Amino acid sequence: MSDTVENQGRRDFIVVATNTMLAVGAAAVAYPFINQMNPAADTLALSSIEVDVSGIEEGQAITVKWRGKPVFIRHRTAAEIELAGQVNLDDLRDPEGDMDRVEKPEYLVIQGICTHLGCVPLGQKIGEVKGDYNGWFCPCHGSHYDTSGRIRKGPAPTNLEVPPYAFLSDNVIKIG
Amino acid sequence: MFKRVSQIICAGGIAVLASMGGMAPAMAAGAGGDIVEHDWTFDGPFGFFDKASLQRGFQVYREVCASCHGLEYIAFRNFSDLGYSEAEIKAIAAEYDVTDGPNEEGEMFTRAAIPADRVPSPYANENAARAFNGGAYPPDLSLITKARPNGANYLYSLLVGYKDAPQGKEVPDGMYYNTAYSGNLIAMPQPLYGDDIELAGDGDTSIEALAEDLVAFLAWAAEPEMESRKRTGIAVMLFLFVMCFVSYGSMRYIWADIKKK
Amino acid sequence: MSSPEFKNPVVKWIDHRLPVFSFMHHELHEYPTPRNLSYLWNLGSLAGLALVTMIVTGIILAMHYTPHVDHAFESVERIMRDVNHGWLIRYIHMNGASFFFIVVYIHIFRGLYYGSYKAPRELLWILGVLILLLMMATAFMGYVLPWGQMSFWGATVITNLFSAIPWVGDSIVVWLWGGFSVDNPTLSRFFALHYLMPFMIVGVVILHIIALHRFGSNNPLGIDVSGKQDTIPFHPYYTSKDLFGAMVFLTIFASAIFFYPNFLGHPDNYIPANPLQTPAHIVPEWYFLPFYAILRAIPDKLGGVLFMFGAIAVLFILPWLDRSPVRSGRFRPLFKLFFWVLLADCVLLGYLGGKPAEGIYVTLSRLATAYYFIHFLVILPLLSVVEKTRPLPQSISMPVTGAGMSAAPAAKRGKADV
Repeated sequence: MSDTVENQGRRDFIVVATNTMLAVGAAAVAYPFINQMNPAADTLALSSIEVDVSGIEEGQAITVKWRGKPVFIRHRTAAEIELAGQVNLDDLRDPEGDMDRVEKPEYLVIQGICTHLGCVPLGQKIGEVKGDYNGWFCPCHGSHYDTSGRIRKGPAPTNLEVPPYAFLSDNVIKIG
Repeated sequence: MFKRVSQIICAGGIAVLASMGGMAPAMAAGAGGDIVEHDWTFDGPFGFFDKASLQRGFQVYREVCASCHGLEYIAFRNFSDLGYSEAEIKAIAAEYDVTDGPNEEGEMFTRAAIPADRVPSPYANENAARAFNGGAYPPDLSLITKARPNGANYLYSLLVGYKDAPQGKEVPDGMYYNTAYSGNLIAMPQPLYGDDIELAGDGDTSIEALAEDLVAFLAWAAEPEMESRKRTGIAVMLFLFVMCFVSYGSMRYIWADIKKK
Repeated sequence: MSSPEFKNPVVKWIDHRLPVFSFMHHELHEYPTPRNLSYLWNLGSLAGLALVTMIVTGIILAMHYTPHVDHAFESVERIMRDVNHGWLIRYIHMNGASFFFIVVYIHIFRGLYYGSYKAPRELLWILGVLILLLMMATAFMGYVLPWGQMSFWGATVITNLFSAIPWVGDSIVVWLWGGFSVDNPTLSRFFALHYLMPFMIVGVVILHIIALHRFGSNNPLGIDVSGKQDTIPFHPYYTSKDLFGAMVFLTIFASAIFFYPNFLGHPDNYIPANPLQTPAHIVPEWYFLPFYAILRAIPDKLGGVLFMFGAIAVLFILPWLDRSPVRSGRFRPLFKLFFWVLLADCVLLGYLGGKPAEGIYVTLSRLATAYYFIHFLVILPLLSVVEKTRPLPQSISMPVTGAGMSAAPAAKRGKADV
């Protein structure tokens, strides 16, 4: 008997309208059910942080947690800045000028995540291995980074990433 | 027109539910107390929060309630709902100290709050709160309108319900007479006297007006999703009304050949 | 039933090896269904809709919920305040439990009125009662999870029921708790079981549907299908009708979720659990109130528990208590009368369950409890013997097709009491 309906040769407007609206309704219901897995409001609230860098002595570095991962902030010495600026870009695996990687040359802000497979490189604390280029050294697979956080030797494909940040004042950085 | 119809249908549906259950769970509102039924902007399917009132209520909370009552589920960032700008929220948060840590030496330290922090509670824990308040526990207020039957009206009645005890009613030390409270003896001293708060603009500072603002603020704190919930609800109801008609029509069309026989 | 011819070659190829499409065609499309089902037969598919809704929203909530006494209440508040649309999903789940019970209770009373439990559908009915039991256990454990005052004290009171069991009762309660009171081990295991049991319900629902499709739906006349003229294919007739019913259901459901989400809940459950202070009035969720009334009506701990479980146990043996060969209440004047008394009695029990156990309420609870059991254990067996039933119509198609004609006595009888 379902055939008699279908055999009339037309799917009546009302049936098509019902099915269309049903599909629209289902899509509308799906949206919140999918969106719930996106970061929640409390998580998003911590997606940007403010850091006061006035306490970092020249030549020292701090590690702050941003979006669950470490961010390295190094107050570089003049020698380190000079070293980073002297490098010939053609020698680099991932060519990038030092000045393109900083807002203020004294403060280098980079994500402390090796671009190879996600380990945290050494070199933040005094006495830690800094690698062949006096920057950072990843102990997992032996990547060496220079004083600008650029990859110089080892398996990592790219430079240590620079997170989005800005100086809100002379001493306060907003990351994120 | 639509408002009435939707109200009737909502009310009808709920009435059916209630009678099926054979009861209304929200019973015995504040058993024993006198509850004033107040008109709220946030009542009903089209309810909304008056931001100016919420801001005044927040001020009353800060100046009067906050010394004893926490607001632990509210973060400063939530105050954007009250109409504050990001800079204003930062400034409000910075007035509070929160404990953070441990730092590199392993010590906990205090720092100024940021918008992502929750409003710090006045006491470290419930025992500390009780010790400070002669054994009574000033409850956290972030859910208070949901945690009491007929919440908004009950709280309003409580706030304006401090009266002189009638002749013959014993009021022990540390207790106060209140017409709305169950048993009429409450450990909380009268919080609002009117005219003791200076509101921005020239807000009405009578006890009733302050109580209304404070209760509106607490209603927001308990149900910050209320406005978007009801707005979504109206769209959903409209869709479902149309869907009912269309699916009914569709059914009648499909059944036509059966009915005709 | 011949195998359907599928035009799509991919469908055809798959179906030849794995006949899922034939299966769906048989069970959801051409499945012959009595042509005279009323709207009360919508409740089965609505219960399915409610079950799916509960499982989907429940899995989502589990992604955000923390089953620990120190974090459970807070994690629920985080769902309500911070998780994207968390308030919507939680309110659907919270009200969904109530609506699931509303639908299932109507479904059960429909079965009671039209004798859907009678041969050859006894197992179908028993599986249904099993689903009800599983639903109750699931709902109870779910109510504990937000870890509010009612959660905690509900869990305490209900688990203490088992202490009524002679000799081993106290050991069983300690075993249930995993400690000496309702505490973190209890919460963790309730969460695990609350996640498991809905899938057990799905399993029993599948058996319930297999049993249903063995003989097909009962119908308002309660007589057997006598041939093709009495049935119509499930699709598109009952799919379109179920869809309309679902929309009406969702409209009422949505009005609760969006405008009165806490109407069916209890304010005390927005106060975090406090093991040192019991709320002034503790009441279970509304759908347990009739059983709660029976529990309190019996002035003996073990007796109360036995009668409460007995109220459900009696449903298991119902097919053998009511021996009348006539299924539908339409043709049983006395049965019909007592059916409405039973319904009123259950509503009364529900009302009494929400009242304090004092004064007139206790007396009424005892009378209502007594009637409940008398109805099933005395009245129904007696009616099967003494009741003079009305004559049954010859077939289902007669009353429907004969509605417009004058000469169709069966039709008149069928319509007389609608």
